Amino acid sequence: MVQRLDYLKETPSQTAGPYVHIGLTPNALGNPGIYPEDLGRSPIRDGAKGERIVITGRVIDGAGMILRDALFESWQADADGIYPANDPRGQADPAVTGWARVAADFDSGIWRLETIKPGRVPFPDGRLMAPHIAIWLVARGINLGLQTRIYFEDEAEANAVCPVLNRIEHVERRLTLLARKTAPGTYSLDFRLQGEGETVFFDM
Amino acid sequence: MTLSNSVDRGPLFFRDRDWHPAAYTPGYKTSMTRAPQRALVALGSTLSEETGPAFGQSMIGALDNNLVMNFTGQPAVGERIIMHGRVLDEQGRGVPNVLVEMWQANAGGRYRHKKDGYLAPLDPNFGGCGRTLTGPDGSYEFLTIRPGAYPWPNHVNNWRPMHIHWSVFGSGFGQRLITQNYFQGDPLIDLCPIVNTIGKKEAIDMLVAALDMNRAIPMDCLAYKFDIVLRGRRQSFFENRKEGM
Repeated sequence: MVQRLDYLKETPSQTAGPYVHIGLTPNALGNPGIYPEDLGRSPIRDGAKGERIVITGRVIDGAGMILRDALFESWQADADGIYPANDPRGQADPAVTGWARVAADFDSGIWRLETIKPGRVPFPDGRLMAPHIAIWLVARGINLGLQTRIYFEDEAEANAVCPVLNRIEHVERRLTLLARKTAPGTYSLDFRLQGEGETVFFDM
Repeated sequence: MTLSNSVDRGPLFFRDRDWHPAAYTPGYKTSMTRAPQRALVALGSTLSEETGPAFGQSMIGALDNNLVMNFTGQPAVGERIIMHGRVLDEQGRGVPNVLVEMWQANAGGRYRHKKDGYLAPLDPNFGGCGRTLTGPDGSYEFLTIRPGAYPWPNHVNNWRPMHIHWSVFGSGFGQRLITQNYFQGDPLIDLCPIVNTIGKKEAIDMLVAALDMNRAIPMDCLAYKFDIVLRGRRQSFFENRKEGM
């Protein structure tokens, strides 16, 4: 016998189910009166420094159906690449909270994230990652929240040297993470859960 | 304080994905088209996963953790229970000041959601959501109604066991977790395709809240204990020194 390591196991995940909005976005669902407002309505406040951007998209299943019951959360740095909480490198822009909770529209399935483009953040070895927004996606049918990232197609120089993007062996799959610029300050990106054009998901 | 900062900032433990449910679990039909087929791209956590949003006490209302009263101020119908426990990390340390949110059906198994058409009626005094921040030792507490079982369209005659949905934050975005708890002794637990997306019996047992008579209040309510464990953080002495901590 050897000594016990005495670690606990992580609580196993379960799907968020179809009614995740009751708990996480009750006002948007139409259940007002419990909380004054839903948390994570915006990752920025007025006066946030940086380029204002809007990203829209859909979440699509392996049969091509658009999910109406998907919800994701996003977490990002400020325009200088500092995270708004627990960042050992300093204080972020006070007008940036960095975190948002985004539900797909019940009818169209389209989601919308209004924010600022984040600055670059260092990888553990000091190299800079390209500007990105971390995403955690849940829905009915998803047993464990999916980790992915939104990168930007117009950051080609930074993307080319990003240690995380470069970890993706199948080069063409890196494109599944790049939000396409559709107009100044406007981007579009679909999350494809399965099959053709499947989004890269991470274990990080 | 220095110690807790270094604990809060280390790289995250790797997730044991054989312990969690797999993505593709045909017994739970919806997973079949919503499970990625390609391998996950694995690498250690970065600052993007090791940092995460922080929440303050100021955003929590006085009745936010009291589902019996928080919808209309009149009491909801059903079995009154205290749900309590601690949020811990894999090293067994309490995780303080983190947001715990929960939602559930009413005593009849009906959700207050426009997509739920189950024939059991809504309770006019039950909304079905609550939230709180953990205390300095990671503890949390809710007063609620024990939710009823309900049918769902998977196989012809599937019924979800009584359960509450939980959403928990750690100090890093990579610790983000949603799960469900079940209740000790419920015979539907073994039959549920969603429970059985988890392959290991010991893992399922972690989701079963224990009846806790010591926390029950006589002539008022029963109590169940449900601890939640989040990913731990590596604290390699050398790594911490390298980063100047």
